[in-house]
Amino acid sequence: MKIHEYQAKDLFAQAGISVPPGEVATTPVEAFEIAERINRPVMVKSQVHVGGRGKAGGVKYAENSEAAKVLATNILGMDIKGLKVQKVLVTSAEDIISEAYVGIVLDRASKKPVFMVSPAGGVDIEEVAAKTPEKIFKLEVDPVRGLQPYQARNLAYKLYRDINQVRQCADILMKLYQIFWKYDASLVEINPLITNPSSEVVAIDAKINIDDNALYRQKDIEAMRDLDAENPAEIAAREGDLSYVQLDGHIGCMVNGAGLAMATMDLVKRYGGDPANFLDIGGSSNPQKVVTALKIITSDKNVRSILINIFGGITRCDDVAKGIVTALDELKPTIPIVVRLTGTNEEEGKKILAKYNLPFENTLDDVVKKAIDMARVEF
Amino acid sequence: MSIFINNKTKLIVQGITGRDGSFHAEQMKAYGTNVVGGVTPGKGGTKVAGIPVFNTVEEAVKETDANTSVIYVPPPYAVDAIYEAVAAGIKLVVCITEGVPANDMMKVYPYVKEMGARLIGPNCPGLISVDQAKVGIMPGTIVKKGSVGVVSRSGTLTYEAIWALTEAGMGQTTCIGIGGDQVIGTNFIDCLRAFEDDKSTKSIVMIGEIGGSDEEEAAKFIKKHMTKPVVSFIAGQTAPPGKRMGHAGAIISGGSGTAADKIKALNNAGVPVAGSPTEIPMHLKELIKNFGMGKKDSKDKKDKKEKKEKKSKAKKAKVVSIKKSDSTKKAARKMAAKSKKKADKKRK
Repeated sequence: MKIHEYQAKDLFAQAGISVPPGEVATTPVEAFEIAERINRPVMVKSQVHVGGRGKAGGVKYAENSEAAKVLATNILGMDIKGLKVQKVLVTSAEDIISEAYVGIVLDRASKKPVFMVSPAGGVDIEEVAAKTPEKIFKLEVDPVRGLQPYQARNLAYKLYRDINQVRQCADILMKLYQIFWKYDASLVEINPLITNPSSEVVAIDAKINIDDNALYRQKDIEAMRDLDAENPAEIAAREGDLSYVQLDGHIGCMVNGAGLAMATMDLVKRYGGDPANFLDIGGSSNPQKVVTALKIITSDKNVRSILINIFGGITRCDDVAKGIVTALDELKPTIPIVVRLTGTNEEEGKKILAKYNLPFENTLDDVVKKAIDMARVEF
Repeated sequence: MSIFINNKTKLIVQGITGRDGSFHAEQMKAYGTNVVGGVTPGKGGTKVAGIPVFNTVEEAVKETDANTSVIYVPPPYAVDAIYEAVAAGIKLVVCITEGVPANDMMKVYPYVKEMGARLIGPNCPGLISVDQAKVGIMPGTIVKKGSVGVVSRSGTLTYEAIWALTEAGMGQTTCIGIGGDQVIGTNFIDCLRAFEDDKSTKSIVMIGEIGGSDEEEAAKFIKKHMTKPVVSFIAGQTAPPGKRMGHAGAIISGGSGTAADKIKALNNAGVPVAGSPTEIPMHLKELIKNFGMGKKDSKDKKDKKEKKEKKSKAKKAKVVSIKKSDSTKKAARKMAAKSKKKADKKRK
């Protein structure tokens, strides 16, 4: 789960990391009032869950509160990479002497948290990694022993020469590491970490991604979830305990298992179609999930045909069939559906569906081809 | 023969009284697995499907001499269950549970290593050594005895691939799902190495997906060390970046972990990547044929002789020092791969 910059900065401030004063606004008037309180030039920063906000024009400098109001008017409602800006952070504009990057990421290969720091901050760190990898310094941290102060100092020396700044930076790195564990983060990042004319080291941006698997014990973080910033269908799917990702094709897919769901999408593409979504109903046999899944798929206006692909193992085909029947009776969808049921209780499942005259296919490749044909016939 | 589990496996089921645990304990037993016990704190002394239940893993191991454990407990308790199993001396722990926090896994993994145990999963379907033992949730009905080793990050996609193999008459030795999470106990390389060392496994199917770099690492390993044919399939070619595709680990982040990169790395290592899971058997048959031809065609006797000599040297080295056996094996494999390459060059 992603949280916004202003939320991450709150967590930073609580941990004792120096961040510029600022507050979040949802209207231009609020932005004006916040800028008045700060009483010096401010930055107006769009709060959306996507990178490259600055390039998209979603981060602007305002000399005074009147200018902040005008900028907030422009930025609020702006579309950034398909996401509508609902909130802006109005924060004191800092004078920047130097910009660095610091971050911790869960490294899958080493199974350890890895620090990445770079004196080349303020730009896309992936670009730095690709173009000038010598400017990135990495440190694997032993997850059992934790980050030692000398390690934090060594990293800080990669960024600063002034001992006062090294100390400030090392302190920030120690605190970042604590934040990483405290909130079950998979990524904690400051880009840029700046020095100002008073030689202070300040985090003027903040990013924290939380491991979804840990949300059950991170209630405060869960409460930060910004439902306005998410796709409504994806919210409905999460509430129905389904994994769903909306895409922009025409073939709606309902599959059991994430790997098979991805493979099904890939085959749709391979045989000349475009998948409308990724949808995994999971390993359970709960018919209600099937109903929710079909509701979500049919609510996508792009969908021209629906492909149901079930490989029964733990999931029982008859349970899925019951779900399909309930959904058909309830939703009466006009979109053509093709079904492939194979594995556990396949025959029982097919019997349940017999009276609905849905076309069946036996193999993965055939069901995909049929769904593509049906989508073509429609238009 | 097989990898990781066989007819000597003595299994306990952690979380045996739960809905999933009890159902699958019975299924595993029905498949012929030697399920010697189960563990649920507070339910000791009872039975599930005729299997005795214990309060602690320690007690279960003491009473049953179990060497393997499978975990079906809910996510908040799964890591504790791994610690408990490993502490009790279990050498193979298979964690089926989905939704275990990744940071907890980072902490438990060094302990598993330190105790000389192997962890498979979490968030995995487990494994089957055909006609010997089944640990986990894979349907026993789709496998068939044979010589293909199957390793995968997925569940149902693996079943699809296994079923395609079985239908094509290509049976399996062991089929293993290593799990879809970011931090997992056993990766592709661990399984490839085990399949390479397993005499009954003649070829391997590796099913990967987007996210991380395990497939790229595996490709490097295959190029260097594998003498057996490997065919792959990679799921998620159409997945958008930055979105988690069901599995916690299936996410393209910062431009890395794409299917295209993985396919490229595998192709560079001489591994064909099937366009559909159903085409895996076809690719595998073709590759096996080519491997066989490669051997027959290598008319260069020197090359053959060299290979033999090196092999026998490696064997001798094995006898001399058991400790060194791992590195000598590697060396032997390297040499075998080298001479294979030479043979390949000849063919071209």
